[in-house]
Amino acid sequence: MDDPLKKTMAPRKNVRSVLLVALALVILAVLPQLAQMFEQPAMVSLATRIIILAIAAASLNLALGYCGLVSFGHAAWYGIGGYVVGILYNHYVSGDPLFGLPLGTDQMLITLPVAILVSGLFAAVFGALSLRTSGVQFIMITLAFAQMIFFFFVALKAYGGDDGLIVRRRNSLPLIDTRDGATFYWICLVIAIAWFALLRRIVASRFGAVLSGVRQSERRMAAIGISTYRYKLAVFVISGMGAGLAGALMANHARFVSPDMLHWTQSGEFMIMVILGGVGTLLGPAAGAAVLILLESQLAAFTEHWQVILGPLLVLMILFTRGGLSGLWKLLRGGSNG
Amino acid sequence: MSLFMEQALNGVQLGVTLFLLAAGLTLIFGIMGVINLAHGSLYMIGAYAMAAVAAKTGSFLLAFPAGLIAAGIVGVAMEYLVVRRLYARDHLDQVLATFGLILFFNQLTTILFGRQPLFVEIPDFLEGSVMIGGVVRYPVYRLAMIAVGLATAIGLYVLIARTRLGMLIRAGATNREMVRALGVDIRLLYTLLFGVGAMLAGLAGVMAGPILSVQVGMGEQVLILTFVVVVIGGIGSVRGAFIGALAVGMVDTMLRAYLPGVLRQLMAGPDADALAAGLSAMGVYMLMAIVLLVKPQGLAPAHG
Repeated sequence: MDDPLKKTMAPRKNVRSVLLVALALVILAVLPQLAQMFEQPAMVSLATRIIILAIAAASLNLALGYCGLVSFGHAAWYGIGGYVVGILYNHYVSGDPLFGLPLGTDQMLITLPVAILVSGLFAAVFGALSLRTSGVQFIMITLAFAQMIFFFFVALKAYGGDDGLIVRRRNSLPLIDTRDGATFYWICLVIAIAWFALLRRIVASRFGAVLSGVRQSERRMAAIGISTYRYKLAVFVISGMGAGLAGALMANHARFVSPDMLHWTQSGEFMIMVILGGVGTLLGPAAGAAVLILLESQLAAFTEHWQVILGPLLVLMILFTRGGLSGLWKLLRGGSNG
Repeated sequence: MSLFMEQALNGVQLGVTLFLLAAGLTLIFGIMGVINLAHGSLYMIGAYAMAAVAAKTGSFLLAFPAGLIAAGIVGVAMEYLVVRRLYARDHLDQVLATFGLILFFNQLTTILFGRQPLFVEIPDFLEGSVMIGGVVRYPVYRLAMIAVGLATAIGLYVLIARTRLGMLIRAGATNREMVRALGVDIRLLYTLLFGVGAMLAGLAGVMAGPILSVQVGMGEQVLILTFVVVVIGGIGSVRGAFIGALAVGMVDTMLRAYLPGVLRQLMAGPDADALAAGLSAMGVYMLMAIVLLVKPQGLAPAHG
């Protein structure tokens, strides 16, 4: 786990990581051109998926890694974000009023903020309930509530129920053609960079320091006069909003939403991404998302029963490396775990 | 009245099934501090082993123990190979490692048995139904399930409250370190307990086999309901698991039975049915939310 103090302790390492991040950004920025050069058009779509899931994983990590809230239900906020886009689009096309008002729209500048707000609202309600517990009960409860929301959307026949909703066309932006794959990739990339920058600010703020304190010892935080419940709820809501943003982008990317987005295995995958990349690190979840999605697509090309390989890999990774990929790296180099 | 009686019995039957799962899960968590997502896989393994042996031999009397033994063996192997290494880890590692096990078991089952659900015949001697109290006809097999479930609950109570092993279990739940310090072979106790929990899950799977379709994914469906039971009852408490299981079984069954009728008074048939199906699927989670609001530690918490 990266200690915030280390930042000040290793300036040289800091310079190197800034350079690495800058290099990664440059590569990401020209990825569509690279894909064209190497004649791998599918790469852009895959990269878009990874970026979107990285937003969700990093949001989960804010609650899970920084504050120690092991939420097993983040697929719910992700799915709600997706459904906001789907439902608004549906009303836009049919012209039917929503809640008696002509609210349907396909403008991304409206749908994304609404998706963020609605997922935040739901996260606030269910978070307020779930946070009455802690530890393993919290895990079970977030899972159970997410499952409840899953069943809600399965039963929501007006919006497709089990079959989901098709979003025939991506949400549009003024002056920009979102239907182009590369353009949409860049939109997602910009949003992701903005979101990661926001997360960075949050983590570095006083609020972020309290979150770390709650993770290390909630009792100590309470003893110095901090009402931990409010902080935990706030971080849970922010985290849910990020997942909702990712869901809204994914609905645009896949042009389809269904209850599958809210399935509990999706929550599990978000957690795997966080763990793979390293709990409580800013960019770790992005790396985790990339590795998991690439691994899945490679294994899936190799055998349809790829989960029979992924499952044991996951178990081995948890058992023998601590701190995900960086732990694996240390293990391979024979270095100490520290 | 007869519909109500029948649904009440159905509720009890679902309740005892959930209890068998929840008892194992809550004991394993209470004593070892491990949250085991793969508990549902043991349920599935029990059901599949039973279905496979029943299909091969045609004998329920062979299939029944086969399911129990398969679940028990896999459970012990799971503890020995994986779970044992997770005792000292935090819950996050436990969740993810056992999530990996679920992926593995589900896919392996798909490879071995295919995606088609298996169906198992109810054995001849439990076929048919009987009149109860002159009001309601009820299938013998489901009555047998209730009987086995209740008998297991009593057996578990005797085991925990009256035997030396039970004493160790209770002591372990209260203060693990102290039990270890007093020279109890805690590793053996843990493996044993995990095996017992696995067999209880297998028993639930074996019994559910003939009335549900045996398919991949059946474990997770029931696992999440089991979590609800454990949270409602209070983690680590077998008594709580029993209360919670019956409450969840009853609420779920009653909502499914009566909600469509109520809603059909208010709206068109198909819409009402769809909404009722959704609401009754959500009902137990509502129940959990209410219990949490009133008693965050569950109805019958293990320690104080």
